[in-house]
Amino acid sequence: MASLEIDGVRKRFGAQEVLKGIDITVDAGEFLVLVGPSGCGKSTLLNMIAGVDTISDGEIRVAGMRVNELHPSERDIAMVFQSYALYPNMTVEQNIGFSMEMHKVPKPERLAAVREVAKILQLEALLKRRPSQLSGGQRQRVAMGRALVRKPKIFLFDEPLSNLDAHLRVDMRTEIKKLHQRLHATIVYVTHDQIEAMTLATRIALMRAGELLQLGTPAQLYNRPANTFVASFMGSPRMSLIPARLVPQGEALALELQRGDRPKVSIPLPPQPPAVQAFAGREVIVGLRPEAISNGSRPAGNGSGAQRQVDGQVVVIEPTGPDTLVVLNIGGHELTARLEPDLDLRPGDRAEFTLDLTNLVFFDPSSEKLIA
Amino acid sequence: MAKTWETPQMVQGTGFRWSRVVVYGLLVFFASVYILPLLVMLLTSFKPLPEIYAGNMVALPRHWTVEPWVNAWTTACVGLNCNGIKGYFWNSTKMTVLAVVISTGMGLLNGYVLTKWRFRGANVLFGLILFGCFIPFQIVLIPMATFLGRMGIASSTTGLVFVHVVYGLCFTSLFARNYYVAFPDELVKAAMIDGARFFSIFWRVLLPNSGPIIIVTVIWQFTNIWNDFLFGASFSTGESAPMTVALNNVVMTSTGEREYNVHMAAAMIAALPTLMVYVFGGRYFVRGLMAGSVKG
Repeated sequence: MASLEIDGVRKRFGAQEVLKGIDITVDAGEFLVLVGPSGCGKSTLLNMIAGVDTISDGEIRVAGMRVNELHPSERDIAMVFQSYALYPNMTVEQNIGFSMEMHKVPKPERLAAVREVAKILQLEALLKRRPSQLSGGQRQRVAMGRALVRKPKIFLFDEPLSNLDAHLRVDMRTEIKKLHQRLHATIVYVTHDQIEAMTLATRIALMRAGELLQLGTPAQLYNRPANTFVASFMGSPRMSLIPARLVPQGEALALELQRGDRPKVSIPLPPQPPAVQAFAGREVIVGLRPEAISNGSRPAGNGSGAQRQVDGQVVVIEPTGPDTLVVLNIGGHELTARLEPDLDLRPGDRAEFTLDLTNLVFFDPSSEKLIA
Repeated sequence: MAKTWETPQMVQGTGFRWSRVVVYGLLVFFASVYILPLLVMLLTSFKPLPEIYAGNMVALPRHWTVEPWVNAWTTACVGLNCNGIKGYFWNSTKMTVLAVVISTGMGLLNGYVLTKWRFRGANVLFGLILFGCFIPFQIVLIPMATFLGRMGIASSTTGLVFVHVVYGLCFTSLFARNYYVAFPDELVKAAMIDGARFFSIFWRVLLPNSGPIIIVTVIWQFTNIWNDFLFGASFSTGESAPMTVALNNVVMTSTGEREYNVHMAAAMIAALPTLMVYVFGGRYFVRGLMAGSVKG
């Protein structure tokens, strides 16, 4: 267990810059998830931490020590790959023990370490099998065992769950979280799945096109996204982002929604910070999570006085089982709401809905950045 | 489903068809065309000379004899030496085994570097290696003779091994490179993180998973080198000649009566090793050529 510092790291392939100066500090015992759409550079960054890809510029430090020039095996890191990367010609036992064999650990000691890890991961019965004789979940566990046996300073995971089917993925996700809680290990985990990021991370680094867009706790990214891209990337169904006008209304502000031939909808806002007040009289983009909308019968949120009643028309109803997703038309704009499963609504119905404005966020329409 | 599709298998299962008679007839015909020369050679090699001169090449021998085989091995005249072909057989064996092992090993190493340790210009280099596959034998004869002379290994088995390794390297590198290009990079990365270095990654991770391509390369190289005549005739003399050259000298002798049975036996002995390689490795050959095209 050790800290990890990524300091101004850049990666260039010829003239193309795929990582444009990344700064992230991971404290010992943290679970950092690198998330972003494919091609954002998250896997490249992970490979650079592992040492299997070169660093064009900047510095990576493990436990305060520069590792740029160190061979992967000298960095004291372990990596779990998307394809598991198990050696097909070796048994489970040999796979797990390979790194110790390469480091010339005596055989009795090696076997003892392998057995200990096999016990933790319930692989004892499979030690003599080859990877081709294992199921996907078992291979996944062997890959984890190979990382665990080295007792590394940092664990790296490169989309380890994306080759598993949906059920197993959820189970293994829980396993990885348990492992982190038990070992208090420092983990860097790459995924493109925002749910994995939300559930596993102590902190999330969201990347796009080689840039770090936001680094923060899952709650920060979810409730206070730094820009509209983060806002729509995190959360499913995604946050509704709608253009609106901030108008002064007495002492406070109000939000005006109007598009097309629909009548104007005006929503009085709870007290706002000065940064938002500065936008009075101007266009903004407002972001509202689907769960902040409820239908009349059940007030959403904590009842802090940030609830507003609005009139909306139902456009589409999508039952998912535990919830029903409803697309509403409010003032000519479409908002998604997460409502309870058995609803008495039909497409085209007009009804009263409650908006909880506690976590309402405002974005500057020109820069698409959070106003805060 | 509105329509049931007839697959070729289903058509076959529906009973007697004239088309199948035609197909099998043609297959049997062509198979016999191909097997006939081998049959004639084998029958001739087990016949005494008078029977051969009596005619009818495809008739079974009336008196079976292994004497032509023994003669070919021990007393047949190669040029002016009448010690049989056994010495030349060993020449060929030594030359082929050495050249196959060296060229295969180097080719695998080339393929490994070209795919897993990519460097600036790797693709250009691979293109040049590929180009080497298209150089005809005849072009290299004279420069190679000069080179072997300067190196002091002309007219020796060492020289022939060198020629075959150089010439075969393009093919073995091509085979290995195309096999390793489909070999997952993640395994190499995993091995690096586990602490393996350049040669231990090759030795412990790539080589144990290279069975099919090693067999393809060995069969290809073995048959080419064993069967080569041009390099053997150009770069060897007398006692150091390989089997193919010796066989030619046995058959082309102009003294005495032509011992067709001994010639055939010698030719069979010359062909036997490649035949064995095909018998034991043939099924892996097809499998190896297919490897990478289908997952599994």
